[in-house]
Amino acid sequence: MFKKILIANRGEIACRVIKTARAMGIKTVAVYSDADKNALHVEMADEAVHIGPPQANQSYIVIDKIMDAIRQTGAEAVHPGYGFLSENPKFAEALEKEGVAFIGPPKKAIEAMGDKITSKKIAQEAGVSTVPGYMGLIEDAEEAVKISNDIGYPVMIKASAGGGGKGMRIAWNDDEAREGFQSSKNEAASSFGDDRIFIEKFVTQPRHIEIQVLADSHGNCLYLNERECSIQRRNQKVVEEAPSPFLDEATRKAMGEQSCALAQAVGYTSAGTVEFIVDGDKNFYFLEMNTRLQVEHPVTELITGIDLVEQMIRVANGEELALKQSDIGINGWAIENRLYAEDPYRGFLPSIGRLTRYRPPTEGPMGDGIVRNDTGVFEGGEISMYYDPMIAKLCTWGKDRATAIETMRNALDSFEVEGIGHNLPFVAAVMDHPKFISGDMTTAFIEEEYPGGFDGVTLGEEGQRRVAAAAAAMNRVAEIRRARISGTLDNHERHVGDNWNVALQDADFDVTIAADHDGATVRFADGAEHRITGDWTPGDQLAWMQVDGAPLVMKVGKISGGFRIRTRGADMKVHVRTPRQAELARLMPVKEAPDTSKMLLCPMPGLLVKVNVAEGDEVQEGQALCTVEAMKMENILRAERRGVVSKVNAGPGDSLAVDDVILEFE
Amino acid sequence: MKDILQVLENRRAEARLGGGEKRVDAQHAKGKLTARERIDLLLDEDSFEEFDMFVAHRCTDFGMEKNRPYSDGVVTGWGTINGRMVYVFSQDFTVLGGSVSATHAQKICKIMDMAMQNGAPVIGLNDSGGARIQEGVDSLAGYGEVFQRNIMASGVVPQISVIMGPCAGGAVYSPAMTDFIFMVKDSSYMFVTGPDVVKTVTNEVVSAEELGGATTHTRKSSVADCAFENDVEALAEVRRLVDFLPLNNREKPPVRPFFDEPGRVEASLDTLVPENANTPYDMKELIHKVADEGDFYEIQAEFAKNIITGFIRLEGQTVGVVANQPMVLAGCLDIDSARKAARFVRFCDAFEIPILTFIDVPGFLPGTGQEVGGVIKHGAKLLFAYGEATVPKVTVITRKAYGGAYVVMSSKHLRGDFNYAWPTAEIAVMGAKGATEIIHRADLGDAEKIAAHTASYEDRFANPFVAAERGFIDEVIQPHSTRRRVSRAFAALRGKKRQNPWKKHDNIPL
Repeated sequence: MFKKILIANRGEIACRVIKTARAMGIKTVAVYSDADKNALHVEMADEAVHIGPPQANQSYIVIDKIMDAIRQTGAEAVHPGYGFLSENPKFAEALEKEGVAFIGPPKKAIEAMGDKITSKKIAQEAGVSTVPGYMGLIEDAEEAVKISNDIGYPVMIKASAGGGGKGMRIAWNDDEAREGFQSSKNEAASSFGDDRIFIEKFVTQPRHIEIQVLADSHGNCLYLNERECSIQRRNQKVVEEAPSPFLDEATRKAMGEQSCALAQAVGYTSAGTVEFIVDGDKNFYFLEMNTRLQVEHPVTELITGIDLVEQMIRVANGEELALKQSDIGINGWAIENRLYAEDPYRGFLPSIGRLTRYRPPTEGPMGDGIVRNDTGVFEGGEISMYYDPMIAKLCTWGKDRATAIETMRNALDSFEVEGIGHNLPFVAAVMDHPKFISGDMTTAFIEEEYPGGFDGVTLGEEGQRRVAAAAAAMNRVAEIRRARISGTLDNHERHVGDNWNVALQDADFDVTIAADHDGATVRFADGAEHRITGDWTPGDQLAWMQVDGAPLVMKVGKISGGFRIRTRGADMKVHVRTPRQAELARLMPVKEAPDTSKMLLCPMPGLLVKVNVAEGDEVQEGQALCTVEAMKMENILRAERRGVVSKVNAGPGDSLAVDDVILEFE
Repeated sequence: MKDILQVLENRRAEARLGGGEKRVDAQHAKGKLTARERIDLLLDEDSFEEFDMFVAHRCTDFGMEKNRPYSDGVVTGWGTINGRMVYVFSQDFTVLGGSVSATHAQKICKIMDMAMQNGAPVIGLNDSGGARIQEGVDSLAGYGEVFQRNIMASGVVPQISVIMGPCAGGAVYSPAMTDFIFMVKDSSYMFVTGPDVVKTVTNEVVSAEELGGATTHTRKSSVADCAFENDVEALAEVRRLVDFLPLNNREKPPVRPFFDEPGRVEASLDTLVPENANTPYDMKELIHKVADEGDFYEIQAEFAKNIITGFIRLEGQTVGVVANQPMVLAGCLDIDSARKAARFVRFCDAFEIPILTFIDVPGFLPGTGQEVGGVIKHGAKLLFAYGEATVPKVTVITRKAYGGAYVVMSSKHLRGDFNYAWPTAEIAVMGAKGATEIIHRADLGDAEKIAAHTASYEDRFANPFVAAERGFIDEVIQPHSTRRRVSRAFAALRGKKRQNPWKKHDNIPL
């Protein structure tokens, strides 16, 4: 076995690989850029080598720098993680030259699967079901129309070198095919420098389901079941699960066997993933093969009990797989939610900065399930602008899908992240979405269910009542503590009453609290009662309460006259007031927050150094509007959408405060 | 007999009606509560004891004798906030516009006298059209009596003013002399002369909101300490503030049960100060992570943001916090921040509230604006305030502590009790670059030499150890242990007794 391996990656995946290596008694070497000096993977590794400036193209993907680090540390093998150099055949080649093992597939397999057209051809030859389409070069738009008609609309027009949705068009008729061909070609040329285009059948009600394969260098290949990754936002996976709620055993077997056939056709070794698109009738078509460890591999590990990184290391060391296909089962259900530093309330804009608070749920058993959290960050660490904004991969396991989902809900609710915007509320909302719960989703789930973006969850009445009851009980504890301050008038202390009004979201409940040693019973005006227990004390930012014996996990903040409570994707101000306070609060005017959507607000205190536009100017989305200098840094403020400048409120040299209005739009 | 008892109830009912249903509705329509409703929100349920309900004015001019409503436009009395006694007056805009007559002023004076005698805070809820013109000089005399009591009570019992409607003309000077002024957004304003007079005299057209609204006074003039969305929120926050304050200057600040480990370790503080010395960070994170339960009551949050002032609790006991804010103007001291912090430090000292100071200060802000504005005397206020303070003073230097600003900010030389520094601290006469350019003036033309000098200066002086060698720093501490160290320091200072020499009063550079 290798004595020392280098991980040519960063973040959670580097940490993930280090964990397994450490368990196998293998020493680890981390590499890091300037931005990752204090990163978790550096701390976890036995050795760390600095490889340059923060930009990945000057550090993590510079083959020479990784090779230097290998020489410097004497690492015998390299795990590339995902992204960066993981699917770069030149890297595999460089390692081979140096006699260092690549913990991944052979260079040839990477190359064969790296090109969409080539890989599809190989797949077809290997008997893998592929999407009907035309693989040859398409001369012009008219030929594209003819091919489209042969395949039958709708069709998808794609750039051969494409990825991430770029150079991709859907056409439902001849005109769209003509137009789509041209624009795809242009986009492909400018984005990839390769304007080859192909056309294929557009699959309706598509689901993204992929097969995990594992092959050794002795001719053995296994499939480790599927993962369903249909919940994607702009082709970026957000929620993954294994198994798929859609597949039956026969389809699984067919997909698995075809995947192995493909892997063997290209001489594949190590872990790999064959991605399929599956239509509403369970027809499956090959999409592509990822010749690396996938981000979402933990869900497979959770249902199979197999450590994929360990298997990859063993295969790279030339060992024969100790497992047979018959050993591979499906034990329970696993779900992964990717937590990104993206603000769901602002169109999922990336959010960077300091993690002032980062408290993931404890890994291990939670309720009837199990929690696993793959992460590369820590409280006090930084989410940097240079890399993927992933914070963590939160996975839960349950004996069935419902248990895995329920465990995930509580795990998400107890996951504390502060200091940056993040998508926790969004994924929490997905976990409660009826379509997701039913398992009936397609890759268009997010587009269709959240067409206008995400603006938080409004709880159902039962949910609101549970939160209201818990908040009333918590408020009582806080009020009693307030009344226990020193310096009170003896015998005239404040008596904390039993009647309260709880207002949250659009609801308002009158409640009566009867407290005892173990908890409190909260009675609503209509006679309904909820029993609340829990050990929350004032100041706790996380409340693990039991409402009628069922867990209610809430993030708790302070606001005047109540709490800010976040749970199940909802972010609410919960006011707990005496009946008199509630009566008077109702007299307060409702103040409309000023509509700032038509203004450019100063995001930070600073000096306005330049205004690029004048009143009456029409501006385009992304256009630079002005420059604010703060702490010697020039920040360019850009238009968030198209518009016409109606008013310029500040000029160069003005000192601005946060939220000062610089420009107004019509 | 029953009839006689009923007479009292009838009279009470009449008094409680204030200016009558119509005026009450008008008050509500403006988003404002009535005087008595406000008292209900301010005090513990059923704790209010009213004085002078049946007081009526004695003016006989201009037909006033025909209109003598009970209470005379102000409701006064005492009650409790979380069981602790406070005195309160609440002006009733529905009764003669809350205008101040001789008797109205007498009612306020009565409860102020009792508050002084019994050692309890005075809370004034201001909502008044101003002097009662019909009473002429009697009304002015009334203001004067109130002013005199504000002055006498200053530093004896905490005084809090909540501006919940108009407060104009001479009337502003009573709140002006109290310890804290709160305002309600959109429904309160304060000015010495209103928009009409301004227009007549200077031709300047300005709205009441711009001239003296909550935004103006919290952001620009610094007259007000905090502004709130509405009456309900403002009064809830007064209650919260009172929980931090001692009842009078003879008592220790209050203590309440706390649910937070004093030894709590915050590993994330080890990375609070960025690698690059010119990168800002948010000092509020440190305050929140040191405070019991992360609870911080900020005073003057919107003004001179380069310094932060407010209250926290450590082991349940109130501590005043002053901290430089590197996020704004690099945390430097200037006229506004010095004034803001000086007043806060003096409040704490007057009421025996220990002071915790977090320092990251590159110096005083340079410029003609500052010098011409009198930064010398304004800066001296903070220096003076720290130097005269006899309460426990604990200080933590997180990063820069340069030059005169280092001395000003609760340094050892100003009788600091515990002066800690993080390993990232740089206690020096100035930044490396500036110092090098002065010391090695001869080499100024030679960039290489200057760079070398700068590096060696940084090496030698950009750390806490030069100061620690001299005992100016008592101990260099790990950032993650700040809460524990600071809590223990204040615990050790619970018995601190220190007196300044007898004097009539000092002569702080006002």
